[in-house]
Amino acid sequence: MSGDALLSARGLSLSFGTIPALVDVDADLWPGEMLAVVGESGSGKTTLLNTLSGRIAPDNGVVWYRDPAGHLHDVHAMPSPMLRRLHRSDWGFVHQDPRESLRMAVSAGGNIGERLMAQGARHYGDIRAQALDWLAQVEIDADRVDDLPRTFSGGMLQRLQLARVLVTHPRLVFMDEPTGGLDVSVQARLLDLIRTLVSRFGVAAVLVTHDIAVARLLAQRIIVMQRGRVVETGLTDQVLDDPRHPYTQLLVSSVLQA
Amino acid sequence: MNGYNFAYLDEQTKRMIRRALLKAVAIPGHQVPFGSREMPLPYGWGTGGIQVTASVLGAKDVLKVIDQGADDTTNAVSIRRFFARTAGVRTTTHTAEATVIQTRHRIPETPLRPDQIIVYQVPQPEPLWRLVPSRAETRRMHALADYGVMHVRLYEDVARFGQVAISYDYPVMVNERYLMAPSPIPAFDNPKMHMMAALQLFGAGREKRIYAVPPYTAVRSLDFEDHPFRPSRAPHSCGLCGASDAYLDEVVTDDRGSRLFVCSDTDYCEARRAGAAA
Repeated sequence: MSGDALLSARGLSLSFGTIPALVDVDADLWPGEMLAVVGESGSGKTTLLNTLSGRIAPDNGVVWYRDPAGHLHDVHAMPSPMLRRLHRSDWGFVHQDPRESLRMAVSAGGNIGERLMAQGARHYGDIRAQALDWLAQVEIDADRVDDLPRTFSGGMLQRLQLARVLVTHPRLVFMDEPTGGLDVSVQARLLDLIRTLVSRFGVAAVLVTHDIAVARLLAQRIIVMQRGRVVETGLTDQVLDDPRHPYTQLLVSSVLQA
Repeated sequence: MNGYNFAYLDEQTKRMIRRALLKAVAIPGHQVPFGSREMPLPYGWGTGGIQVTASVLGAKDVLKVIDQGADDTTNAVSIRRFFARTAGVRTTTHTAEATVIQTRHRIPETPLRPDQIIVYQVPQPEPLWRLVPSRAETRRMHALADYGVMHVRLYEDVARFGQVAISYDYPVMVNERYLMAPSPIPAFDNPKMHMMAALQLFGAGREKRIYAVPPYTAVRSLDFEDHPFRPSRAPHSCGLCGASDAYLDEVVTDDRGSRLFVCSDTDYCEARRAGAAA
């Protein structure tokens, strides 16, 4: 593990049957930094995210996580109570489809409060106040606090999911195509919001996206993946302005200039 | 009775249930699976409770069976008669005389003693069942004591109604470890479970689960600091014995809207009336 990285992966390999999803992948994430993982569909981006977050065990390789006290933990060797505790406090996971993580039969306030209550918050007034505060932070009207998520638009759902994850002030957030399936103006607003919140709370994030523009806007560093391999990695601007690998060149040149 | 083993169940079945009971007592509030047998009464009528009772019953025990607090309702009468015939045990309606009490939906008003066992009939042993659709997942949540979602339900109630609106089967935390469904007893009875002197056994026949609360175990009803647990009862006195501290049933007495509030615990009510008459 290099330096004082928050999360560090070495030699990750995973295959689904004969399909290599990850081939000897290394990755590092430093505190407060956003790392984008880009690549075409099926290149192993989401598999990498799931492996980094301990949701899928790799065939080979190791993922290290440094806790606030500075101790290193092997994410895949961790006892499951500890991994679960991480997932509901220090870590967050933002799904492409907010319906996967939101409780659709529970009000917006309850959704935001769940992680607080899972951590032991037992004061209704405080939980309610935090829920209202977070609704404001993600630009949802306070009078929607008791509405069910199914009455929310797609963009609002995604912002609600963001609030639900960030309410416990995680140090590390995994995002799987957070802007997928949203129209362009909603996307822009959401990206702006993610950028603001991430910098305000100093959250480190791994962001999976197929959209180079999203990566350029949000991420300091970038990993380009093709068929389970990391083909290029470096500072976002450097990689995107001066792509070296033929695949990255193809990826960059295929984006329409607006 | 000829043709039947003592207390209906065969000894191997009772042995299996007793093993489950021992494990349940050792881990207060933890649901232990057991091989529930088909009993001569329908699911939902107390097949779990009756199997637990059959397994703990001895020849010298005195059995009381109540259904919604009453000794004289169909369910209570049939189960009491069932054990009187198959085990030949003495039965009673007096809480203080009984050594084993099988109950549906109530805990007697008279405090129980250390030499008594109370057996609850449980329709749904999983407190998280309406919140989490997967049993594999609820088992994992119990294992990891991951109970935030139960508080989300309480939060929803307070947000919508201004208070927790669960009036029966109110979720409890046993021994500060396991979340437990207390069976559909009124929330009014929950405080009686806390540090109860008697052994509390729970049997769910259809769901094939047994769990237990040993004597003098902490049983805490879930709540919020600023919305503490409040047991609720009808704001009346019993129309027969005048009790103002007992749980009341509302009885419609005619078709012109007259109604009467009476103790749901018939034995308690009768004892109070007998005491007043004497």
